[in-house]
Amino acid sequence: MPRPTPFHDRLQALCTSYAWKHWSGYYAVCHFHESPEREYNAIRQAAGLLDVTPLFKYDVVGPDAGRFLSYVCSKSVARLKRGRVTYLCWCDDDGNILDDGTCWRLGKESYRVTAAEPSLYWFEEHAEGFDVAITDITDTVAGLALQGPTSRDILRQVCDIDVDALKFFGVKKTTFKGGFKGHVTRTGYTGDLGYELWVRNKHALALWDLLMSEGKAFGIYPIGLDALDICRVESGFVLAGVDYTSAHGALTPAEKSTPFELNLGQTVQLDRGPFIGQRALKAEAERGSEYAFVGLDIDWVATEKVFAEYDLPPSLPAAAWRSLRPVYRGTRQVGRAYSGTWSPILKKNIALATVRADVASPGTVLDIEITAEYERRRVPAVVSALPFFDPPRKRA
Amino acid sequence: MATHYDAIIIGGGHNGLVCAAYLAKEGRKVLVLERRYVLGGAAVTEELYPGFHYSVCSYVVSLLRPHIIRDLGLPKHGLQILPLECSFTPHLDGPGLCRWPSADKTRREISRYSKRDAEVYPRFGKAMGRMARAVKPIIDMVPPDPTSLNPFELMKFRTLGDVIRKLDDEELPRFVKMMTMSSADFLDEWFESDILKAPMAVSGIIGTFQGVRSPGTAYVLLHHYMGEIDGAFRAWGFSKGGTGGISLSIARAAQAFGAEILTEASVAEITVSGGRATGVALTDGREFTAKNVISSCDPKLTFLDMCGEKHFDDDFLGHIKRYRYRGSSGKVNLALDRLPQFTCRPGDGLHIRGDIAIAPSIDYLETAYDEAKYGQFSRRPYINVVIPSLTDPSVAPPGKHVMSCFVQYAPYDLREGPADWENQREAFGDTVVATLEEYMPGLTDSILHRQVLTPWDLEKDFGLSEGNIFQGELSLEQLFFLRPAPGWARYRTPVKGLWMCGSATHPGGGIMGAPGALAAERMLKERAL
Ligand SMILES: Cc1cc2nc3c(=O)[nH]c(=O)nc-3n(C[C@H](O)[C@H](O)[C@H](O)COP(=O)(O)OP(=O)(O)OC[C@H]3O[C@@H](n4cnc5c(N)ncnc54)[C@H](O)[C@@H]3O)c2cc1C
Repeated sequence: MPRPTPFHDRLQALCTSYAWKHWSGYYAVCHFHESPEREYNAIRQAAGLLDVTPLFKYDVVGPDAGRFLSYVCSKSVARLKRGRVTYLCWCDDDGNILDDGTCWRLGKESYRVTAAEPSLYWFEEHAEGFDVAITDITDTVAGLALQGPTSRDILRQVCDIDVDALKFFGVKKTTFKGGFKGHVTRTGYTGDLGYELWVRNKHALALWDLLMSEGKAFGIYPIGLDALDICRVESGFVLAGVDYTSAHGALTPAEKSTPFELNLGQTVQLDRGPFIGQRALKAEAERGSEYAFVGLDIDWVATEKVFAEYDLPPSLPAAAWRSLRPVYRGTRQVGRAYSGTWSPILKKNIALATVRADVASPGTVLDIEITAEYERRRVPAVVSALPFFDPPRKRA
Repeated sequence: MATHYDAIIIGGGHNGLVCAAYLAKEGRKVLVLERRYVLGGAAVTEELYPGFHYSVCSYVVSLLRPHIIRDLGLPKHGLQILPLECSFTPHLDGPGLCRWPSADKTRREISRYSKRDAEVYPRFGKAMGRMARAVKPIIDMVPPDPTSLNPFELMKFRTLGDVIRKLDDEELPRFVKMMTMSSADFLDEWFESDILKAPMAVSGIIGTFQGVRSPGTAYVLLHHYMGEIDGAFRAWGFSKGGTGGISLSIARAAQAFGAEILTEASVAEITVSGGRATGVALTDGREFTAKNVISSCDPKLTFLDMCGEKHFDDDFLGHIKRYRYRGSSGKVNLALDRLPQFTCRPGDGLHIRGDIAIAPSIDYLETAYDEAKYGQFSRRPYINVVIPSLTDPSVAPPGKHVMSCFVQYAPYDLREGPADWENQREAFGDTVVATLEEYMPGLTDSILHRQVLTPWDLEKDFGLSEGNIFQGELSLEQLFFLRPAPGWARYRTPVKGLWMCGSATHPGGGIMGAPGALAAERMLKERAL
């Protein structure tokens, strides 16, 4: 049985659709009303508020905390400054990705890591010999993502930090209006201007109420995972369990992928002290990767034509889809798309796909399978650089 | 700046800009001249009170053509269309009616009034959707010339034939009915409850000087369903930053393709020599020459004011003079200190995030028309209200709102003459606010600023003759190959090198961009430049 997050009472009262799903053992809202459209627009035009409590969270503390994280992760955190966050991933010995997440530096010897999958066992197993303590705080710290162009204005109303001084991928300890403490990170999964706010469970409802009341004038709106999913596809973010399978869960070698194959090359620092997966990743960097993770811009006119053959208007799912769709170059299958969506802001039908490296350069025209009136059809899809959507306000 | 162009476009409304963008995209040297200080024409955003951005005239986008959005890359240049949540018809007694995107929710709402209507409603939607799809090719094609002997021209009529042929045995008679009946009568054939029919019937009268019981108003109902035929493109909603956001995104696209755009450049005269347009002269004395002059203004301004009658024969002049404007709508824009509350449905829920129609019954609408017929504005008018700041907070300061009220009827020809609008403007504004106050007590007290636009103002300030919001009524005898005049529906005019590209040409008014795009297509095809 999944359990409620500390925000559940508020979510339940608002979730008129009864559309819930399970997220890492917690109840999570898919969308509050009939469709995610309004919530999506709240993120892109005003501010959306999302319960992200189910993310796995670990405090990593001790004299060797930095050395330890640099060893398990693909990237060194030694130079990560206090008050900064970095995005990284961790791999197995063969360089296959296990999970991706963020790492915040809170103090000289104190870090926090967020993860999509449970990772405590993996971390502890490799902590031997390091003077470090790892604590799973998943169930004691609640999180809310506040995302969208007005999120900064709202944040200004609710906490005591110099909001303008908090740069992209910064973290700051704060006291919220009402006197309770927590953290603000300028992070998120929407590719927009946004923050994530973290407090101990007992302050969760106070934080929710504070944001909802102070945010009202700025168009704050609760959002569910469906709206988030549209945004994260637009922003080209991979999702563990959807766009890739963690090497821990993969049944065959073919199901595994490396960070390079997932367009996460920027999270890999090869030339440094030893870290898990280093040798394999170095070899791959020299050899070149077999696969690449790309965006696909699915030809709308061609889609319309296909549907017109059935005398139908083109129909797309209201939410982002998550199903495997073959991608072809001529008659040869060259990859597969894992997730996609109609992008309301770009007015494009887009997908995220893994394709063979030789057909991965932007502009390459591939074909993707679509279903029209129960029949499998193919339409052209142009390889696009990621992210599809990247507004300057995200970093500004 | 060079002063010789391939094309000079008069008017920086969205159609002029679309035309400019397409021509510039094909490498032509294009200049757009806009009279006002701001671009957009009737699709414009202005900050008339600090912090409050009004969509001064048009307020929702309905039919902006998807291929134009794609061809010009408008999302890249800032175009964003946000959904309207629902259609709400408040009532003075009872809860009113809200039509939602969710079929079940809508059915439940309608069944408060009629279980039968509740079930017929989706069937009606499907029937209309099919018809709209059948008719759609017409709005995206240059009208054929019925007087032509050119076989290719005549072939185009086949498209029309195809449209008709696509309709089945049930649909064809329905289609014929739509072309001839009044919107109220047509809806009577489907529905019994007034509260449902009234807000639906109004789409037949927007921008016309006709009532919901006037014959020929039914087919405009189709337009309402056209927005849905574009699938996920669903270009029906608010534009980010107000409707001016659309025009500005088109302007940026045009500039990116190399077009030059000047504001505060009012054309006084289209210079014609030897039966050919050679350029324009501005009111401030500046002159520009070009191979082609394209006017996005209405026929009266273009032919009678800017060219002069002497360049046209009597037959053509007759058509142009008979072309009907008869503006019948006004606009009231409000800056609000706080969100209004409807007595029939309090709260700031989703029901006020769509369009709100003050149209409680068919009789209410017809009475509003009756008053207008004899030269008065309606004492209790039809009002279409939207509060875009709920969806797009960027148009008002935090916690404050803009309310846009489209009002009908406000006849151009007042009993005392159109100029008397100068005396009646504020009374008209008061009437609109008083009508709304009945539904939203306290509204008046929350008003920080008010802008009232009468047809007289639309004519003076926006260059819309007689204040017609569509540059001429969208009635059947003024559509397709008859718009703006028989034989001249293909963007050409009797003066060589002078073209039309605004709402006064096929397929007409509304933020569609189609006239501008089709005019450009035609000119390029005819190698006019
Ligand atoms: C009050 C109102 C509400 C409306 N509501 C809607 C709506 O909600 N949805 C919808 O789709 N449509 C609506 N419409 C209709 C829609 O706005 C118009 O059909 C459309 O914007 C017209 O575009 P256009 O480019 O053809 O013409 P216009 O926008 O009229 O452009 C013509 C341009 O020419 C300029 N001009 C005039 N004279 C000169 C000159 N001498 N020299 C240089 N420039 C000149 C004008 O300033 C103007 O910018 C509304 C219109 C009005 C007036």
